[in-house]
Amino acid sequence: MIETDQLTRCYGNLTAVDALSIRVEPGQVLGLLGPNGAGKSTAMRMIAGFLVPTSGTARVCGHDVSREPLKAKRALGYLPEGAPSYGEMTVREFLQFIVRMRGLKAEAGYRRFEAVAQQLQLEEVLGLCIDTLSKGLRRRVGLAQAILHDPPVLMLDEPTDGLDPNQKHAVRQLIDVMARERTILISTHLLEEVHALCNRVVIIARGKLLADATPAELEARSRYHGAVSFSAPGSGMSQEMLGRLPQVASIEIDPLDGRITVFPKPGERILDPVERLLREQGLEVSEIQLERGRLDEVFRQITTSGDGADGFIGGAA
Amino acid sequence: MSPVSAVLRRELRSYFVTPVAYVFLVIFLVLAGILTFYAGDFYERGQADLQPFFVMHPWLYLILVPAITMRMWAEEAKGGTLELLLTLPLTLWQAMLGKFFAAWLFIGLALVLTFPIWITVNYLGSPDNGVILAGYLGSWLMAGTFIAIGACLSALTRSQVVAFILTALVCVLLILVGQPQVLDFFSGTVPRKLINAVAHLSMLRHFEAIARGVLDMRDLVYFLLSMVGWLVAGVLLLDLKRTR
Repeated sequence: MIETDQLTRCYGNLTAVDALSIRVEPGQVLGLLGPNGAGKSTAMRMIAGFLVPTSGTARVCGHDVSREPLKAKRALGYLPEGAPSYGEMTVREFLQFIVRMRGLKAEAGYRRFEAVAQQLQLEEVLGLCIDTLSKGLRRRVGLAQAILHDPPVLMLDEPTDGLDPNQKHAVRQLIDVMARERTILISTHLLEEVHALCNRVVIIARGKLLADATPAELEARSRYHGAVSFSAPGSGMSQEMLGRLPQVASIEIDPLDGRITVFPKPGERILDPVERLLREQGLEVSEIQLERGRLDEVFRQITTSGDGADGFIGGAA
Repeated sequence: MSPVSAVLRRELRSYFVTPVAYVFLVIFLVLAGILTFYAGDFYERGQADLQPFFVMHPWLYLILVPAITMRMWAEEAKGGTLELLLTLPLTLWQAMLGKFFAAWLFIGLALVLTFPIWITVNYLGSPDNGVILAGYLGSWLMAGTFIAIGACLSALTRSQVVAFILTALVCVLLILVGQPQVLDFFSGTVPRKLINAVAHLSMLRHFEAIARGVLDMRDLVYFLLSMVGWLVAGVLLLDLKRTR
């Protein structure tokens, strides 16, 4: 479990994290989302005990990070931003250093080392110098370091940054498997990642918490939520016909590919009526899609509007 | 295994993986030899002791110890590994001690490797080996003080160059402060008592006392207190950085 209470951090006049209160329970994967410079990494650094909060508290598994730092750190596996590691060491030396630092006994430590190296597919590079590894491999070494002691709480700062799609998939699967009994906090600016991984999203900007909801709830805030889009080649398809449907609020046509998006009035379902109308008109529709809502649009809307907070907070717990 | 020894082992290993250790050892041994036999008039003095050898040590350390200690914290701060290290379950003290002892042991190794000079002097004459042992002890204690200073000042900055220069500067001050020339220069303007007090801070004075074979408690306490003091300052600096 991770809890922060009014967690605040100032750098001179700049408030990087502003009274942030969040609570992540076991079984949850919370995605900390925000534009660059929103305070994601600063918040994580305070929870990890690297930075001292200007005010407020953070607790990991009930241990206050300022009063019981060692207990909090033992319960936490942490991947810092950029996955730093000692470049002159080989992967094996580095992970064995972490085994010793984590106080794992020789035999148990070796078993964990083997298991983690296999999980992250590091077996072939164990003898290589970390400096010579690709960015993706280095990130995996960082992840291995974070999960080596099998911690109940995991905090990963941009875990898939720099990975190719296959590696991203592998890391997401790993997190998925680990998520069942653990508390996981990840920061990211990849919205696809939120879909793939998180069952809860917290959006922050300029250090302030702006939204706390499930991905589905956020999508429902999008004006695309429940909209229907389709491509009808050569459609002289009159917009009037669609516009006359009682459930339809507006229609947009993409100037580039001519794709038509039909927006519903609040609370209306329009997939069936639109489909029926298209069939009645005998229009050839190559493909039709019901939109779930676009997170990127919601993200932009929340993080760029003045206070942004209007009723987004609450929901998932 | 305790975090201190884990850090110590990692540090020592990193000396030997990178060329730092070998460059240091070669230069230290070559310079120690040259300075002893040429600049120190080892033969011409006609005495079977290692005074010319030990007299050069403060000046050797002045250049070489900051080169060892400059990277201690500055490199970690710059490379981001400081965040990794300090979010592992260890205290700042354990991290500091691990790094300090690694460097101190390493200098100890360098001193041990000067044994051919000791063999030479024993072959040529019959020196007082007790005095020589005291000289080695004094030299090692002085090196420890230099390292503690370097460890503290490396924690001050992300730049290794700045850490090197600051460390060398503080060390040269501590060497020179007790020299008669320096004391005479201030004798007109500064009260006599203050001058006497400052002269006691001189590293050279305490080192030379031990190297003569006189193991006075005050000299030992001077070095131990200096080390502890600088290490405390270093830990406080690291802690301060977390709040800024």
